Amino acid sequence: MSRLAAKFEELSQNGRKALIPFITAGDPNPAFTVPMMHAMVKAGADVIELGVPFSDPMADGPVIQRASERALAHKMSLRRTLEIAMEFRRTDTKTPLVLMGYLNPIEAMGYEGFANAAQRADVDGVLTVDLPPEEGEACAAELKARDIDTIFLLAPNSSAERIKKMGEIGSGYLYYVSLKGVTGAGHLNTADVEQKLKEIRANASLPVGIGFGVKDAETARTVAGIGDGVVVGSALISHIEANPDDPERAKSAIIAMLSAMRQAMDN
Amino acid sequence: MTNKYNMPDARGHFGPYGGTFVAETLIRPIQELNEAYHRYLQDSDFLAELDADLQHYVGRPSPLYYAERWSRELGGAQIYLKREDLNHTGSHKINNTVGQALLAKRMGKTRIIAETGAGQHGVATATVAARLGLECVVYMGAVDVARQSLNVYRMKLLGAKVVAVESGSKTLKDALNEALRDWVTNVDNTFYIIGTVAGPHPYPAMVRDFQAILGREAKQQCQEMTGRLPDALVACVGGGSNAIGLFYPFIDDESVKMYGVEAAGDGIETGRHSAPLSAGRPGVLHGNRTYLMADDDGEIIETHSISAGLDYPGVGPEHSWLKDTGRANYVAITDDEALEGFYALTRMEGIIPALESSHAMAYTMKLAPTMNKDQIIIVNLSGRGDKDMQTMAKREGILL
Repeated sequence: MSRLAAKFEELSQNGRKALIPFITAGDPNPAFTVPMMHAMVKAGADVIELGVPFSDPMADGPVIQRASERALAHKMSLRRTLEIAMEFRRTDTKTPLVLMGYLNPIEAMGYEGFANAAQRADVDGVLTVDLPPEEGEACAAELKARDIDTIFLLAPNSSAERIKKMGEIGSGYLYYVSLKGVTGAGHLNTADVEQKLKEIRANASLPVGIGFGVKDAETARTVAGIGDGVVVGSALISHIEANPDDPERAKSAIIAMLSAMRQAMDN
Repeated sequence: MTNKYNMPDARGHFGPYGGTFVAETLIRPIQELNEAYHRYLQDSDFLAELDADLQHYVGRPSPLYYAERWSRELGGAQIYLKREDLNHTGSHKINNTVGQALLAKRMGKTRIIAETGAGQHGVATATVAARLGLECVVYMGAVDVARQSLNVYRMKLLGAKVVAVESGSKTLKDALNEALRDWVTNVDNTFYIIGTVAGPHPYPAMVRDFQAILGREAKQQCQEMTGRLPDALVACVGGGSNAIGLFYPFIDDESVKMYGVEAAGDGIETGRHSAPLSAGRPGVLHGNRTYLMADDDGEIIETHSISAGLDYPGVGPEHSWLKDTGRANYVAITDDEALEGFYALTRMEGIIPALESSHAMAYTMKLAPTMNKDQIIIVNLSGRGDKDMQTMAKREGILL
């Protein structure tokens, strides 16, 4: 069983929901990321989504766009993101780690080369924003051959037929994009999300993480009541942005926010 | 017209290129667009309305003009200019926006968005939106807003909201990113009019089909004027919509050579250029697989060209296919050479071309003398140079 599947099963047995923080690798600098990842695990993160910086993050709002820009200014890349993943694994062999990014860096490395590198880094899942299932078979097959989960996005306008398809070819979990928009946008509508989750549950058996629009402990609690996991990115990264000269302060603020989310979700 | 050539396939693939590489939220609107596009391109009412608009609003057909003096001066092939500069709004861009706007209306969309580089597509979009009474938002890189301020003003006059995009390199690619972000947020009421033959399927094929009218006209006009097919076609390539519009109806005519002219900027060897077909590699950006300017890590490289409309790191996937199959040739022209083309056409024929089209003129100056006097080149004069007066005056040290 993959680390992701095992983690969701364990959580489910304990009646808990997954807290899934997202940070961009190398933001605000490469040395920041691994200690931040360990600290997030300590603060209650169940799975970590590590963003691979890309020059043209089309599905991201301004906060994650700027995180990518800061990381790229330090020459961060897919290759160096994989090195960060490997370094994280030296001291944490338990926490599932998912790479989230865009296709072109993977294309440049080649699907096979990327899958090999991800396996070496002991990465558990890959979520490629601009690689829907109809174009993604070749890449998913390379990952699957190495027991790495391919995680697909579902959107408010995904049809039942597509949900079924993602549930079949995806693994690990499904990432439900709670609103029509970019990361960090507006407020999610709880009733809409509940409604859609019923449709997703009826068509797919994978655990569902919900992201886009999770802003604070309160939304984390609400979303945890609906899905199997809560993904939070922009709200965390905004602390990095707010403390440009003091990464340690950013780190403390991120930990405080995650701890509050963890508490709100568990109570 | 084209019989043998049947690209793309049902999923929008031109061999390994093209396709639908988008985030999940855009899958449904793209499917809806694809269905509407296939339905209405067979619909006689839609086609009649499109034809009437192209004739009475755009001013089609545009002339095929024999540039006699310039041909004599260059001393080789006879040069014919396809006068897309004479269209309403001053470029070929309106052929496509008229078509897509009619589609938007049929689909019940009330809001139009677009990206623009030089501003020609933005103006052409704002124009059709004004005419149909649709809300219009145009995304334009902040760098381009500064260098194409006349077109910004035109768009505002036409009632469009122009959003200056400050992210990334602040040029066309970033405007496209921002338009995609808008679309994902407002999918229910918004129609995204992409200005070139790029983006996810069906855009590359749909924009080509709307632009192919200029190639069909050129083919017929050339037959009428000279009794034969041309020997060569020349067009500038940024995303490549004017070039594909000219090339497409000739693809099966194997005697007709095709030359797509990319922007070499300061020179290919300097790295400061916008020539993915000449010096890039295949990758995925903005919804399709195509030749791109990217580094070894797959990050997109900043591009450079004197012409905002060619300042783009990708190119339409069909051009990638035509390059790999050898059906079309892709060459590159530097900023300085483009300026020579600009002045040559202006002084020899009394026609001021857009800086984008000037790249095609500059290549024609190289190509024509290598050909015989009984041979024919059709060059796409894709836009007029009015929008570039400030850029040119500034280069000459003149304050307007």
